[in-house]
Amino acid sequence: MTTSSNLVYLIALPLISSALLILLGRKADKRGHLLATLVSASAFGIGVMEFLAMHSRTGVARAATQHLFSWISVGTFQVDASLLLDQLSICFVLLITGVGTLIHIYSIAYMSHDRDRRRFFAYLNLFIAAMLLLVLGDSYLNLYVGWEGVGLASYLLIGFWNQKPTYATAAKKAFVANRVGDVGLSLAIMIAFAQFGTVTFEGVKAGVPHASAAAITAIGLMLLLAAAGKSAQFPLQSWLGDAMAGPTPVSALIHAATMVTAGVYLITRSNYIFDASSTARLLVVIVGGITLLFGALIGTAKDDIKKALAASTMSQIGYMILASGLGPVGYAIAIMHLLTHGFFKAGMFLGAGSVMHGMDDEVNMRRFGGIGKLMPITFATFGLGYLAIIGVPPFAGFYSKDKIIEIAFNAGGTKGWILGGATLLGAAITAFYMTRLVVMTFTGSKRWDEKAHPHESPILMWLPMAILAIGSVASGFFFNSGNSLVNWLAPVLNSRGVEGGAELMKPIVVSGLALLAVVIGVGIALTKYRSNVPVEAPENVTIFTKLARKDLLQDSFNEAVLMRPGQKLTAGLVKTDTNVIDGLVRLVGAIFIGTATALRRIQNGYVRSYALIMVLGALALIAMIWVVTL
Amino acid sequence: MSIVTTLELLPLLGALLLAVIPKQNALLAKRVALATSVVVLAVAGLMAYRFDNSNPAMQFVESRKWIASFGVNYAVGIDGIALVLILMSAFLVPVVILAGWHESENGKWSAKTFYILILTLETMMIGVFAATDVFLFYVIFEAMLIPVYFLIGGYGRGERAAAAMKFLLYSLFGGLLMLAAIIGIYVIAGNQIGHTFDIAQLSTLHIDSWTQDFLFLGFFIAFAIKAPLWPFHTWLPTAAKSATPGTSILLLGVLDKVGTYGMIRFCLTLFPQASKTFTPIIIVLALISILYGAFLAIGQREINGLIAFTSISHFGFITLGIFAMTSQGLSGATLYMVNHGFSTGALFLAAGWMVSRRGSSKIEDFGGLQRVTPILAWTFFLAGMSALALPGLSSFVSEFLVLVGTFTRYPVAAIIGTTGIVLAALYVLIVVQKSLHGPTTEGNESLKDLNLREKIAVAPVIAILVIFGFFPKPLLDAINPASQQVMSHAGVTDPAPKAGK
Repeated sequence: MTTSSNLVYLIALPLISSALLILLGRKADKRGHLLATLVSASAFGIGVMEFLAMHSRTGVARAATQHLFSWISVGTFQVDASLLLDQLSICFVLLITGVGTLIHIYSIAYMSHDRDRRRFFAYLNLFIAAMLLLVLGDSYLNLYVGWEGVGLASYLLIGFWNQKPTYATAAKKAFVANRVGDVGLSLAIMIAFAQFGTVTFEGVKAGVPHASAAAITAIGLMLLLAAAGKSAQFPLQSWLGDAMAGPTPVSALIHAATMVTAGVYLITRSNYIFDASSTARLLVVIVGGITLLFGALIGTAKDDIKKALAASTMSQIGYMILASGLGPVGYAIAIMHLLTHGFFKAGMFLGAGSVMHGMDDEVNMRRFGGIGKLMPITFATFGLGYLAIIGVPPFAGFYSKDKIIEIAFNAGGTKGWILGGATLLGAAITAFYMTRLVVMTFTGSKRWDEKAHPHESPILMWLPMAILAIGSVASGFFFNSGNSLVNWLAPVLNSRGVEGGAELMKPIVVSGLALLAVVIGVGIALTKYRSNVPVEAPENVTIFTKLARKDLLQDSFNEAVLMRPGQKLTAGLVKTDTNVIDGLVRLVGAIFIGTATALRRIQNGYVRSYALIMVLGALALIAMIWVVTL
Repeated sequence: MSIVTTLELLPLLGALLLAVIPKQNALLAKRVALATSVVVLAVAGLMAYRFDNSNPAMQFVESRKWIASFGVNYAVGIDGIALVLILMSAFLVPVVILAGWHESENGKWSAKTFYILILTLETMMIGVFAATDVFLFYVIFEAMLIPVYFLIGGYGRGERAAAAMKFLLYSLFGGLLMLAAIIGIYVIAGNQIGHTFDIAQLSTLHIDSWTQDFLFLGFFIAFAIKAPLWPFHTWLPTAAKSATPGTSILLLGVLDKVGTYGMIRFCLTLFPQASKTFTPIIIVLALISILYGAFLAIGQREINGLIAFTSISHFGFITLGIFAMTSQGLSGATLYMVNHGFSTGALFLAAGWMVSRRGSSKIEDFGGLQRVTPILAWTFFLAGMSALALPGLSSFVSEFLVLVGTFTRYPVAAIIGTTGIVLAALYVLIVVQKSLHGPTTEGNESLKDLNLREKIAVAPVIAILVIFGFFPKPLLDAINPASQQVMSHAGVTDPAPKAGK
């Protein structure tokens, strides 16, 4: 372990900047966005320097720590504010600050007409600070602070235009769904403390061999619940689509590239837990598998470009979760897909934002069409992201997703066939909905009305898109060449190369099958959408399309099972409180008043009854004294 | 004379000064009251500075004979638990006076009387936490009802007289049960060690378990009404709806803490055996309070009622932590008492300003305040975040300590309690959405944002929520030795980690 004194600045700079922008108020309107962008860029600079320094160190000396202060100290519950930058967290630091800075730059132009641009940048900086704390904390409790911090930033940014009630509701929904996940994280920390007497990653890792299998599995499942909330995985996935209410740069940064992938970080960071519990691992792959298909299916029917991309994000994170549930062979691959996805999905979201910018904030793809000619840079950068996500060689997604499909088959036996089949099917559906999206938006005949004047976005917007597009092209090759990422992460994740395992098929066969799936998906989409896209969504569609349009009934389910019974319970309890509980109290009061009235009758002025009561009282007193002194 | 006694006398001195100034000069009365409370805070700060964290015994002790024939003493002294609660009280009084500068103006009586009541109450708040003589504690415990009764009944809103009476009767009932228990323990002490009301001496008594159970219940029910715990809670929402914001802050922030403080100081210390006997029932009541309070808060249409029910939920957490009987549970519960004072204080302040500006306390009458009154909206939002225990704010530290401390001994109870964090998100975010977000509701377009006085009043509270979120150490360092003392007296130790090395 090396000690570093710079790590705290990664978090402190954006945090202070965020507080300044909020406290200064309108005074900072003019230059606030510049400060925020500069701070984010500085954080990236620190990140790069730390990476270079880490790269030059070897072995265990690569990881760096910084102890700040003692945070909570009660009995054996000792939690320090302490940071850890190792091979895993540096990947995230570079992703968060790198993509974050690009999105800051993009937002200067994208939000230039918004009266609250300063507030927007304050929230972005808050997010950067919280997300960095999430990946830099050296204990689960430090991570928790960042974990809820990004939830807060996400809430504030989804509801950035909360004057619109549906947007305010979307923000609330995201926070509450995340809190359900947070119950999982809280309980995981509590179990860890009860078992090991510590909540640091290092301490828990050291304690795992001594703990019971049941305890380890319980921690694993609670962590999975937390991951499901943050990463919009089944059954806590329903908030992500609504989160698209936030400004598009937010969707790119928080709801595509970084925050929603925090669940994958949590699971890979806790690799020692999942290595020790096959039950927990099995549930992880089930959740990932369900979500990757769930998201992909929803993506096929969405006409709102942002919601289609959100469904795709859910599905792609499903891939990552599935990979991280496959054990040592999967953690590094999950991180690889996370990083490549960070490039291409952020790039495509920014592209979608660019289209909306030129189309008067229209999001309905049925009202797009032929935009590619008018917005060539947007089309080109989006196109590269598209090739990356569907997995065309040699673009980034080809390497990362192909690996996931490969290790899914390598799980062996029935499990291997099911998981491999699911990932392969997902690849085909991905190719279908992404082709549909690109074709409906950029090619074909124009379907927008006369008022819209699509035009290419300014350089502040297209430059970030171009840089992300380069990442979409090259990052996969870079991470994969010489197994560089897997080897880099190996000391933290105990990761191995893909070779080995129960090989159901040769890697080349898997790649061939994956490409075939892509070709089929693209082909179907092309024949269906290349010409003739109705402006209104057709009604005479299959039951599957109807279900997918309604997000596979996720909201109807939650409303019927949780929301409405909850509302009934609340209303019932309010009634009970006023009528039954307070009613009982009032009854007691009434009894007293009744007794008082009765007693008043005894005060009748007759000396003989007073005398009688005095005698009785004296007897009672004597009896009491006798009892007490007995 | 101990610094504690000085601290008790100072507000009383201010009240005497107020008594001689002319009734018409309300401004002077306000200034005198504010100045007094600031001096009290400064002296309390000095006391904290001189407090020795490494000494687990009572400090700044003073004992004078009061009613010699009954063995009643004026005996005071503080440990870390009392210290942080006194500090919190001394901090809240100037905030309340400054924030509610005009609160005294719609009352039955003059502003002067209002501040005399507030300062008298402050003396009692300090005294009740400092008392080391059970009889002295009891006298202050009951006497505190009087100023609060007049503050609600004389200066509140709506059905203030009825609310004040309900509060008084509930509390008197609890007080009577406690009095019976105090007489009981006094008689036992007389048989064993001689007549005394000294807590330290009483805690050495050997009381058979049957008697202990009864005496315990006498104290506990009084405290459960005060705190309040389900099902003794129905007076609280009524009182909170009628009291002025300042009175509500002192009532929920400080006076209710006497209940949970009493559970530690009396129930656990005097009757450790009975405490263990009743722990299962009390944990169930605490869990019901957590969930019930949260559900009721979600269902409220009136903003002060909502805050009152969130507090019932929070008192459930505090009680849970106390009876978990672990260092994390006890220290966490004590820290929770302090944090809740500030957190709920900020909520009542913001809500009070909203209500006085709008002239209505119905949640549906607000909406879109973020656009109209951004600073007020931020204040309410941050207070709300503190109420849902967002990490980074002080309430998170205490809530997590309570839960983790409970988990090591009673995992199932901790799991049930933890689900409360989802309900907390709901009760905060629903009211935030209804009052701050959305289009501006008709009638709110020209509401004024916070003025300088109001900003100065609330800023220190918000600062405290943030600072103690990251640096709770000074508070915990003071509390820890005291909670260790309670645990060792009760003969319990923390469960060891299960995975042995």
